[in-house]
Amino acid sequence: MSALYDQIRTVASEYPESRSAVLPALRLAQAEHGGWLPPEAFREVAEALELTPAYCHAVASFYDMFHLEPVGKHMVEVCTNVSCALVGAQQVVEAFERELGVEAGGTTADGEVTLRTVECYGGCGWGTVVSVDHRYREPVRPEDVPAIVRELRHAD
Amino acid sequence: MPIRELLLQGADERDLTKREEYEAAGGYKSLRKALGMERQAVLDELLAANVRGRGGAGFPMGRKASFLPKPEDTPKPIYLVVNADESEPGTFKDREIMLRVPHLFIEGVITAAYTIGAGTAFIYVRGEYLTEFEVLKAALEEAREAGYVGKDVLGSGFDLTIVVHRGAGAYICGEETGLLESLEGKRGQPRTKPPFPAISGLYASPTLINNVETLATVPKILEMGGAKYAALGVENSAGTRVFSLSGNVARGGNYELELGTTLRELIYDLGGGIPDGRELKAIIPGGSSVPVLNATEVDTPLDFDSMAQAGSMLGSGAVIVIDDRCCMVQLGLRVAQFYMHESCGKCTPCREGTRWMVQLLRKIEDGEATQGELDVLLDVCDRILGNCLCPLGDAAAMPVASYVAKFREEYQRHIDEGACPFGGGSSLEGVLAPVDQHHAHLRGQIEVPTHA
Repeated sequence: MSALYDQIRTVASEYPESRSAVLPALRLAQAEHGGWLPPEAFREVAEALELTPAYCHAVASFYDMFHLEPVGKHMVEVCTNVSCALVGAQQVVEAFERELGVEAGGTTADGEVTLRTVECYGGCGWGTVVSVDHRYREPVRPEDVPAIVRELRHAD
Repeated sequence: MPIRELLLQGADERDLTKREEYEAAGGYKSLRKALGMERQAVLDELLAANVRGRGGAGFPMGRKASFLPKPEDTPKPIYLVVNADESEPGTFKDREIMLRVPHLFIEGVITAAYTIGAGTAFIYVRGEYLTEFEVLKAALEEAREAGYVGKDVLGSGFDLTIVVHRGAGAYICGEETGLLESLEGKRGQPRTKPPFPAISGLYASPTLINNVETLATVPKILEMGGAKYAALGVENSAGTRVFSLSGNVARGGNYELELGTTLRELIYDLGGGIPDGRELKAIIPGGSSVPVLNATEVDTPLDFDSMAQAGSMLGSGAVIVIDDRCCMVQLGLRVAQFYMHESCGKCTPCREGTRWMVQLLRKIEDGEATQGELDVLLDVCDRILGNCLCPLGDAAAMPVASYVAKFREEYQRHIDEGACPFGGGSSLEGVLAPVDQHHAHLRGQIEVPTHA
């Protein structure tokens, strides 16, 4: 059996019922598949947890942190909920769109960076909150954006 | 009566994420005290403290715990589930507690688990809180090493396993039964109540669900004694709360205050007031789900009864300050978009109603709505209210209806003038709501009939 299978079984052993491990299992599978969940990921998770691939797909599609289409190597998420929006989140989104040359919701042509707008990330007092590869930067202002993009471009 | 730190006490001076530091500051003494008491005696202290849930609903914690069967009266395991799925827009206090005083929180979890006789506690942390998850895991490991968690806690004979479970991005999982479904490995769609989780919760077993901040108060209650804790704050609103201040305010952040402190003290004395020479226009006092207050209501005290009297709610303690650059139709649209995105789809009034709201608000904002459509918007809100299994639909309808009620003239001007009176100058102008990435190809194409 694969390493992913073993990892999922280990996580599942923490719960009274193994189905409870479906979110951690999907997270492991997503990491294994470059940040998104292709059809084989659902087969792998289903096999390890004795569920069906369709069930795993149905669960994954409910949650915003699972991606059903390919994403970039890096993930930039800008909160545009009320508190951030009041202090200029849209200007931050537009600065990223300009610097990356991609619209929010898209991935740069070289497959490096996906830019998304997201609902409240819980950093409202220090808006605009931007999550870069799952680590929060707060606050981010439009003038901070070029440096963040440069950092991502030189991260590898 | 500004800052009154009880939970965050000492976190500026010491690194309370470290067990030794926390112990040196008196940490884990309450747990030792509790383990030396009968379960019922601990529960009596929580009842005497009259502490109300800090998640949003404000239900008295002691009473909720008292609804569970005693361990000797049920053949099923009893569970404690911690709601750390903080996602009410404007709220970021549980995060601060997990990052700065994780041992206080863990001590509260252990004490509460002991009180109800739970052998397993699950902490459901929102998936986006990665750093918080790591800090919590590290603190939990330290607690295990010291014998506070695990088999035979501090020689008391009480066994406790704590599992930290990460969510994956769904606001609805902050609703207690949606959380339970998610924790069972399903889509986080709320359940019909009754049965209430106290009787049939996680895996159909008796379950107590509490918010992070609520549990973090438990060691403080035992330290002070319930009666003394109850004397803090005002009637029906005992103790302190960590208020999250955000929006158009000079110094946003978390402020722990005694309940009963006024919005003015929080926004002006602590938060430094409205920056850029702007004027206060509106205040959302308890997270985006609650009705709005206008500038004249800034002297309202932050307690349950005063907020109810003002027609709003204390909610999650998230105070969002709005200055005069904000178009209230755009605010309604952005709030409605959030709830549309987060509706789980189970109940028709919420699933369809939030979509209608978005479409109607878009038309009003664009100056394309007829007079009748403003009435349709209020009608849609009215038909959502009270007609769904969980409060998410209400959480969309209540605030939007309140924006129309309190700023009717502004809504009317959009219709009369056939355009947004802010002429592109609103602070929320053009703000892009998240696109559901699972349906990115449908962007801009989702249309629903308004029948107006």
